[in-house]
Amino acid sequence: MAAEALIQFDNVSHVYGRGTQQEWDALLEVNVTIRRGEFVAVLGHNGSGKSTLAKHANALLLPSKGTVLVDGMDTRDDKKVWDIRQRVGMVFQNPDNQLVATTVEEDVAFGPENMGVPTAEMQDRVAEALEVVGMTPFRLHSPHQLSGGQKQRVAIAGMIAMRPKCIVLDEPTAMLDPVGRAEVMSTVRRLNRDEGITIVHITHFMDEAIFADRVMVMEDGRIPLQGTPSEVFSQVEALYKLHLDVPQVTALAHRINAHGYSVPSNTLTVDELVNALCQ
Amino acid sequence: MAMLRNITIGQYIPGNSPVHRLDPRTKILSTMALIALLFLVQSFAGYGFAALFIAAAVYISKLPPRYVIRGLKPLLIIIVLTLSLHIFMTEGRVLWQWGFIAITEEGLVRGGMMGTRLILLVLGTSILTLTTSPIHLTDGIESLLKPGKPIGIPAHELAMMMTIALRFIPTLLEETEKIMKAQMARGADFESGNLLQRAKNLIPLLVPLFINAFRRADDLAIAMEARGYRGGEGRTKFRELSFTSFDGVCLAGVLIFVVVISFLF
Repeated sequence: MAAEALIQFDNVSHVYGRGTQQEWDALLEVNVTIRRGEFVAVLGHNGSGKSTLAKHANALLLPSKGTVLVDGMDTRDDKKVWDIRQRVGMVFQNPDNQLVATTVEEDVAFGPENMGVPTAEMQDRVAEALEVVGMTPFRLHSPHQLSGGQKQRVAIAGMIAMRPKCIVLDEPTAMLDPVGRAEVMSTVRRLNRDEGITIVHITHFMDEAIFADRVMVMEDGRIPLQGTPSEVFSQVEALYKLHLDVPQVTALAHRINAHGYSVPSNTLTVDELVNALCQ
Repeated sequence: MAMLRNITIGQYIPGNSPVHRLDPRTKILSTMALIALLFLVQSFAGYGFAALFIAAAVYISKLPPRYVIRGLKPLLIIIVLTLSLHIFMTEGRVLWQWGFIAITEEGLVRGGMMGTRLILLVLGTSILTLTTSPIHLTDGIESLLKPGKPIGIPAHELAMMMTIALRFIPTLLEETEKIMKAQMARGADFESGNLLQRAKNLIPLLVPLFINAFRRADDLAIAMEARGYRGGEGRTKFRELSFTSFDGVCLAGVLIFVVVISFLF
């Protein structure tokens, strides 16, 4: 993993409704570095600041204090906003509310159109992006004919066509059924592995976070816990205190250990647990 | 509830005829020329030629004639009303009288002309919407309005609004159906009572629908911004319209036809 920083949060705070009754600190002096090619999962319950953090990564929100650097560019620099948004794509929670055009291929072309990519090149990019997410057969469909998972894959293709360095996914699976979730997760993992795109995956499904290189847990606008998935999830008690679950397998291992056995507490997958138990 | 599913966006009938393949701009301009012709011509002979032109266009586009004629249905009342207003209200040589109601010769002629004009207008313009998909229509309108940009015609913005409207019509219909079912499950009644009662009963449907629509609009705006949308400036297009020599010939033909007929009749 390259250690070079792609997105850097320096002492970032964000206050909503400053000076009003509802003044609320969504982020408090957060320091985070997202490295190139990394797959980062961000966990936290509702209102912990995960979405606010995500929106800082492509200048949809600007820090009240501190700085966010994307590929060396300050998000507060007005002239760089469009460069930043090209480099960091965002996929949102509701699959219906982010598709703009009446057909799949035109929707994927929306980002490149905004960037002013010439038509001929755009057609190549759209075809390629649809191929990557496996939606080529649906390119002439209208968005409302697709399932939730398919819509999210189209949204992801819309990002890929902009050739971003990083894709931030803000709870992309929250409104999907298990099949849709699996589709989206395998697409995201493939993007990270095969296309080398940096992924920031925000979720509250613990089972999705075990694929990450690094897990960050957010609570009240801070990041009290971070590390590799096995480092984070082995702290079962700490996670429960933050009102979070641990992956099912880890929870099971934890309960087995409570009965006097000694299964490694950083067990994440079924295979690992089976191996640990059979020894 | 089945009614919601029957609503089609526009009346586009997919096809591969020469008319379908024409550049949308050619079709829009030809339709406008035809409308002008129908207002310029003052005789039945002129309308006859216009009708022939429309019939030829329907034939070439391979549209089912019956389907085209069915498009007149919603306008039947207006046509009958125009016809009778002219027949009974025009002064002139009385052909038939009953009390204060009189039919005059001039009235018959003028009513007939107005009626024919209306019918031909509807038939002529429906060829445009029947052979052009809403997407192409939007592209065509955007491209035709572009020269008006310096004088403040927001061509791109209008086209963007049309696209978003087309994109969200099915989504909002689905949502309407969902809310209707949810409210009906809780005892709402959308199908009985008089008009006022029914309108009142729609409130529990409309309020959530509007709130959700605004929420969607907000989400969509953020998503569009995240995808680098900043208005029409410096934007390229995925689909480029191509005005071919065939388009040129067709448009020229239509224009010559319109000029000649409106001069002669």
